[in-house]
Amino acid sequence: MSKPTAADILNASCPLPIADYPQVLLAHGGGGRMSQMLVEKMFLSEFDDPALAPLHDGALLDVPAGRIAVSTDSFVIRPRFFPGGDIGSLAVHGTVNDIAMCGATPVAITCAFVLEEGLPMDELWRIVKSMRAAAADAGVRIVTGDTKVVDRGKGDGIYINTTGIGIVREGLTISPKRAAAGDRILVNGALAEHGIAIMSVREGLEFETELKSDSAALNGLVASVLDTVGDAVHVLRDPTRGGVSSALNEIAQAARVGVRLDEPSIPLSEPVRGACEILGFDPLYVANEGKVLVFVAPDRAADALAAMRAHPLGRDAVDIGEVVADHPGRVFLRSRIGGLRVVDMLSGEQLPRIC
Amino acid sequence: MKYVDEYRDEAATRAFLDATRAIVTRPWTLMEICGGQTHTIIKSGLDRLLPPEVTLVHGPGCPVCVTPLEQIDRALEIAKRPNVIFTSFGDMLRVPGSTTDLLSVKASGGDVRMVYSPLDAVRIAQQNPEREVVFFAVGFETTAPANAMSVWQAERQGVKNFSVLVSHVLVPPAMEALLSAPDNLVQGFLAAGHVCTVMGTGEYPPIAERYRVPIVVTGFEPLDLAQGIHMTVKMLEEGRHGVENQYTRSVTAEGNLPAQKLVAEVFEACDRPWRGIGEIPGSGLRLRERYAAFDAEKRFDVGHVRTAESSICIAGEIMKGLKRPHHCPAFGTTCTPDHPIGAPMVSSEGACAAYWQYKREV
Repeated sequence: MSKPTAADILNASCPLPIADYPQVLLAHGGGGRMSQMLVEKMFLSEFDDPALAPLHDGALLDVPAGRIAVSTDSFVIRPRFFPGGDIGSLAVHGTVNDIAMCGATPVAITCAFVLEEGLPMDELWRIVKSMRAAAADAGVRIVTGDTKVVDRGKGDGIYINTTGIGIVREGLTISPKRAAAGDRILVNGALAEHGIAIMSVREGLEFETELKSDSAALNGLVASVLDTVGDAVHVLRDPTRGGVSSALNEIAQAARVGVRLDEPSIPLSEPVRGACEILGFDPLYVANEGKVLVFVAPDRAADALAAMRAHPLGRDAVDIGEVVADHPGRVFLRSRIGGLRVVDMLSGEQLPRIC
Repeated sequence: MKYVDEYRDEAATRAFLDATRAIVTRPWTLMEICGGQTHTIIKSGLDRLLPPEVTLVHGPGCPVCVTPLEQIDRALEIAKRPNVIFTSFGDMLRVPGSTTDLLSVKASGGDVRMVYSPLDAVRIAQQNPEREVVFFAVGFETTAPANAMSVWQAERQGVKNFSVLVSHVLVPPAMEALLSAPDNLVQGFLAAGHVCTVMGTGEYPPIAERYRVPIVVTGFEPLDLAQGIHMTVKMLEEGRHGVENQYTRSVTAEGNLPAQKLVAEVFEACDRPWRGIGEIPGSGLRLRERYAAFDAEKRFDVGHVRTAESSICIAGEIMKGLKRPHHCPAFGTTCTPDHPIGAPMVSSEGACAAYWQYKREV
């Protein structure tokens, strides 16, 4: 049998008799027959992994010797389905990316659901299928899981926690502490797509062009950069919540180095730029779910950039700045008109301005 | 991006800075009125590129900063009530009242919602007929038309559970108050381009004449500001006063007449206290008697609020152009965006927030 494509997965129909259970009930998390039916018919059939099959308390995996990277993340997002993804694909991409940022090859993830009583079963089914498709695309297995159901009104439909493990490449140390003066900072494409797309659907803002989340698994892109330049990569970071500015500030503080960005080279799509202009948002503070910042030694920067551009998720990769010895712990940006300013972390969330 | 990139062009901006450097012979203090202008200046680093003779002080044009404390406390009181949906522009949510802020009220169970337009608040009222929906109508002449529209629409559509807590302020009376103060330092103004887009430029020649001061209506992009500064310095160096318009792509002499008509239909001028500055005669807008049914202050009994303003915060002196944020002893020590003491540290248009965010080492 040939491997199912993402489209095959997403077109499959729900194995649960939805007519009998159009919504998630408390009993689906109660540990009895209804729980068992949900797990077997929906999760096991979809995730279809030998490690899941024994319905053991945990998964047993064979892994090669060496170091293992572990990362966990919980996903809470409104709306659950958005242009460019959904909470299911996001939960896979988020953890796969965190593992990839450690310089590791993601192998397997876990999946824990907290479902709210009354969640339409059809939505859960779409989310589960989306997780399976995202995991298949990223080449990771979903090897163990858990399901709880909370009373109606005590949750936001569905929360997903995923924990992932990956095998760290031998001889490689990727760490924020390794950022060094002279390093070039590369990014694989336009920023702020996820945050602006989510906000536009959440708040009912309409723009002429549909804004799409950039949610994607970055392990393939990262692997091709590491295959090309190896240990010349010093830091990898996916600038999710808090955006590029938070990521760079954290790295600058960890390595006690300064960061200089060049505003004109920061990649932004026209729709996102327009939305940020209208709302008074700084795109450097807006979340990304399919972007990676690559800190690379200057003599290998061109090779790393070429490797990124050769990958479908890195076609628009650019060099946005450098690491400097000055102003340790701080990020500065050279503005379009040649002025210099601090790029600080935000105190809270960005709020749209009044006028 | 069209209409943005042209106005952030380095060569064109430098040309105006060079031209200013070529004509300036002595120190001048200019005030940009609007907080949006302040943020562009600091964010683009324009202030660091100016000739040393030119000092920019930052004006009171930050709606969040000048909304009086008692009005914020009233908003908090109303927002705490169980049957109320309190709606506001996002920027108001973090502003400290005497004891708390709207985000904390939300965390304690209040139904506080951020909206992008006051008409969204009217829609929420229509969708929740059993609840009272209140909109916090703050801002200058720029937000007044949309806020007036919400009241006008609510009246026409018979939306009885909608009301507005009004704290509108007007620019020209505030400029006069600054200029007539004995300790005034401001020698020339960059007037707020978007206020003038609505109101036109007709209100400014009498002020320029009375106080013999140059007023240049200026836009919000770095190139706009560099040009506006150049025009103002040129007038000062030539000993001229009067009103000039840098922002011709948006501002006409008469302004937006339908918007002005709507504002005049719903609102009337009144005396209004400005946070940190004090009461300025004729500087506010309130609902006309005909629309009194939509006045949240009348609908909810909140006249009794007792305010407690910080004694350290120098926001008033900053907004009067007497001091700048880093002159405040609390700046960056006890007052930060995480623990704001004064409103200018919170707002995306506040001068203290701009200094903190973009040039903290000053």
